[in-house]
Amino acid sequence: MAIQLDLPLTEDKVKKLKAGDQVLLSGTVYTSRDAAHKRMMDQLEQGEELPFAMEDNVIYYVGPSPAKKDAIIGSAGPTTSYRMDPYAPSLLDQGLKGMIGKGDRSKEVIESMKQNKAVYFAAVGGAAALLADKIKKVDIIAYEDLGTEAVRKMEVENLPLIVVIDCEGNNLYESEKEKYNRRVEHV
Amino acid sequence: MREILADQIIDHIKDMCIEANCHVSQDILQAIKEKKEVEASPIGKNILEQIEENAYIAKNSMMPMCQDTGMAVVFCEVGQDVHVTGAPLTEAINEGVRRGYEEGFLRKSVVKDPFFRENTKDNTPAIIHYDIVPGDQIKLTLAPKGFGSENMSKIAMLKPADGMAGAKKAIIDIVEQAGANACPPMIVGVGIGGTFEKAAFLAKKALLRPVGQQSAVPYVKEMEQELLDDINCLGIGPGGLGGFTTALAVFIETYPTHIAGLPVAVNISCHATRHCSRIL
Repeated sequence: MAIQLDLPLTEDKVKKLKAGDQVLLSGTVYTSRDAAHKRMMDQLEQGEELPFAMEDNVIYYVGPSPAKKDAIIGSAGPTTSYRMDPYAPSLLDQGLKGMIGKGDRSKEVIESMKQNKAVYFAAVGGAAALLADKIKKVDIIAYEDLGTEAVRKMEVENLPLIVVIDCEGNNLYESEKEKYNRRVEHV
Repeated sequence: MREILADQIIDHIKDMCIEANCHVSQDILQAIKEKKEVEASPIGKNILEQIEENAYIAKNSMMPMCQDTGMAVVFCEVGQDVHVTGAPLTEAINEGVRRGYEEGFLRKSVVKDPFFRENTKDNTPAIIHYDIVPGDQIKLTLAPKGFGSENMSKIAMLKPADGMAGAKKAIIDIVEQAGANACPPMIVGVGIGGTFEKAAFLAKKALLRPVGQQSAVPYVKEMEQELLDDINCLGIGPGGLGGFTTALAVFIETYPTHIAGLPVAVNISCHATRHCSRIL
């Protein structure tokens, strides 16, 4: 059974989430991917305020396709997370509590997640039309010039996610793969 | 000399961009359905269900199945007795991409320069591969390629002594490293032989084959089946979250090569492998 999880994501809530949990996430998330992360890093270095406060918040790594006239957003599935790995620890230090993407994370990110008590969720890569259905409101709040990579504030309702790496560093990508691994060596 | 108007090419490419991005092809949908029934991992099964549901939502609302609507890759077979009039063929193809990505509300993901990264805002230029063939027709195949899986592709320049076993190991290793990043279940395109760039081209071209259609060359067919079985034993599974459905197909294309070399290129594609063809 999926867990109903409401945002903001406080430390108490993070601690209860375990790798393997299926979650239906509701509330406000912020989008950011490659170019936006780079800009946020520059702003941090300059001592400037970020486009949104990291504390108890969740970033969705997504670059949506354009919205049709009668829609608020186009397709919106997760992008591959490892490209954000160089930036994630700094944002976790700022209080970021959750990340939504797909694919494994670096050791440094997992260490930082353990230290800062944060969680990493995976959404199903490519299931972008299904995920867009769960997005109820969207506003661009920063870096509009980046187009699809602009930072968006999104209201989501029952976004289907899986806890892949929990705040203790348990990693589903490793544990589940191991269960089904029957690799045969030919050489 | 048969004449084909550039405008016709523009219209076809435009429509194909939209069609390819919003319709999961029947062969892939069928394969997902079949795998869903036999997948041992409950999480994996659930992911396959979401992929299937996504395909229906995308088709019914004409929304792209994946937000990464890719860089447009066009395979263009030009009959040598055809004359394109009204505009150069390359310009016509790019204009079709420009209109298709705009009218279809598809994501524009192409940047002008690999370092300065300013978006071209119309998803051009397309990557176009021309082949001059006999006859008076043009066959257009459009294959939008997302970069989640493209980034996981690799080439291995093996020694002749590595042989078939070495090639298989290289392919399996590349797929294993791609893991969850490539949005499994994947379609694995392999090019073996030729030169460095020919192998990469063949790997991409291999992805055009529909799932279920094996190679006509007996030993290649056998190799494809063995690799598919081995890859599905890696445990990666749907979404990389465990299971026996890591790939839906392995397609291998081969070509003569040099006495000193054995190029093996692997172009990985996700479950949202898209392509459609039209003959003009």
